Amino acid sequence: MSLTLSPLTPEQAIYDQVIEAGDGWMHEIKKGQTFRIVDLEGNQAVDILFYNAANADERYSAVDTIREQGAIYLTTGSTLLSTELNPMLTITADTCGRHDTLGGACAAESNMVRYAIEKRYMHNCRDTFLLQMAEYGHDYSKRDLTSNVNFFMNVPVTPEGRLTFEDGISDAGKYVEMKAEMDVVALISNCPQLNNPCNAYNPTPIRLLIWD
Amino acid sequence: MFSPTPDIPEDKVRFREVVLGGASWSHVLKRGSTMRIIDPHGGTNVSALFFNFELMVERYNMSDTLKAQHVAYLTTGRALYSDMGRILVSITDDTSGWHDTICGHSTAPLVERKYGKASFQEHRNKYHRNGRDSFLVELGKYGLGAKDLVPNANFFSKVTVDDTGGLHFDESHAKAGAHVDLRAGLNTLVVLNTCPHPLAPSGTYDPKPVHLVVYSSEPAGPEDVVRKFRPENDRGLILTDRYFM
Repeated sequence: MSLTLSPLTPEQAIYDQVIEAGDGWMHEIKKGQTFRIVDLEGNQAVDILFYNAANADERYSAVDTIREQGAIYLTTGSTLLSTELNPMLTITADTCGRHDTLGGACAAESNMVRYAIEKRYMHNCRDTFLLQMAEYGHDYSKRDLTSNVNFFMNVPVTPEGRLTFEDGISDAGKYVEMKAEMDVVALISNCPQLNNPCNAYNPTPIRLLIWD
Repeated sequence: MFSPTPDIPEDKVRFREVVLGGASWSHVLKRGSTMRIIDPHGGTNVSALFFNFELMVERYNMSDTLKAQHVAYLTTGRALYSDMGRILVSITDDTSGWHDTICGHSTAPLVERKYGKASFQEHRNKYHRNGRDSFLVELGKYGLGAKDLVPNANFFSKVTVDDTGGLHFDESHAKAGAHVDLRAGLNTLVVLNTCPHPLAPSGTYDPKPVHLVVYSSEPAGPEDVVRKFRPENDRGLILTDRYFM
């Protein structure tokens, strides 16, 4: 696992925002802009989806990204592909080293299956996604939700096909940075999951920065 | 013509069908029935998506399926979950041993790159088809489209992940006569095609047919193989049963 630092400094950023645990964010990132997510306190899972800003039918595709790069994890040099196989963003810096493509987002209903039926009432990523989409407008709806990227999350798969959620390999201040290859809309849930180690059982804030 | 199925009582069989290689197919598999897919020649690939026919925004969710069962592939005892915590289909029997969940489907440029171009104009119904176009056509018949084309399952194809995350297509996995049984949990719209797996080695475009047998089956009992695989599946079956109460 190799780590890549960015030359960019926060002072030069045109956008700088802290998102608390359990909150969401939906925002356009223009082609050519650089977008950074900082894991402020460490071991936070950041669930994220991307859409072509001009046509949301074209969106980030986990399976196309995995297949075309021949590997399941994301790091520096990975290109996030759309359902039309177009490059959406390319990861240009990464001080964590490995990000998940398979685990998806938590939901009230999947929490009922995974943990206990009475867990329905815990806050979850899909609720955040649905509220963000409802407020953003432009006809985004549940049909636009698909398998997302989980930045800073560690979901190893073994050669025997076993998949587990492991303790994070991120730490306070680690970040991932990507350059937009088209105008995209990013949809984030800063994960509120308390039932597994994806957030080290302690969801914490993230910082989002954009550079022209 | 049809593969023999001596373990399925003939009076339980509702219908049989041969799906040609490179073809599309769809059917609403009713709760109370199971569909066996048979690979008669070995080396077929069946790309498939699943929807709750009564609420089509509820659909197969690769991520929820994998994380609920701590697996990256499908075989006997595994369930294919919807995004609503319910089981669309359960795998009650499988002689293949591995079905891919993480590689998606073929596309027109990919098929042309690997097998060359073969248009309908020139080749008539032997023209080269691909997974994406096939899904869009079959989904379109139900008013569904690109937004509904989510990560699919690929039955009879095996792709493993190494310690660094790299993918490996296992050519030795093909087995003539292998079958997989999918028991409906909901009234489940099954949309499938027999286009080549996107990571299958290049060569001659020769997608293989499959045989389907739809038969009446019992609901999951207390000792059911899917229920017993993991406690998550017991809850998944309970939530699926509640949908009909």
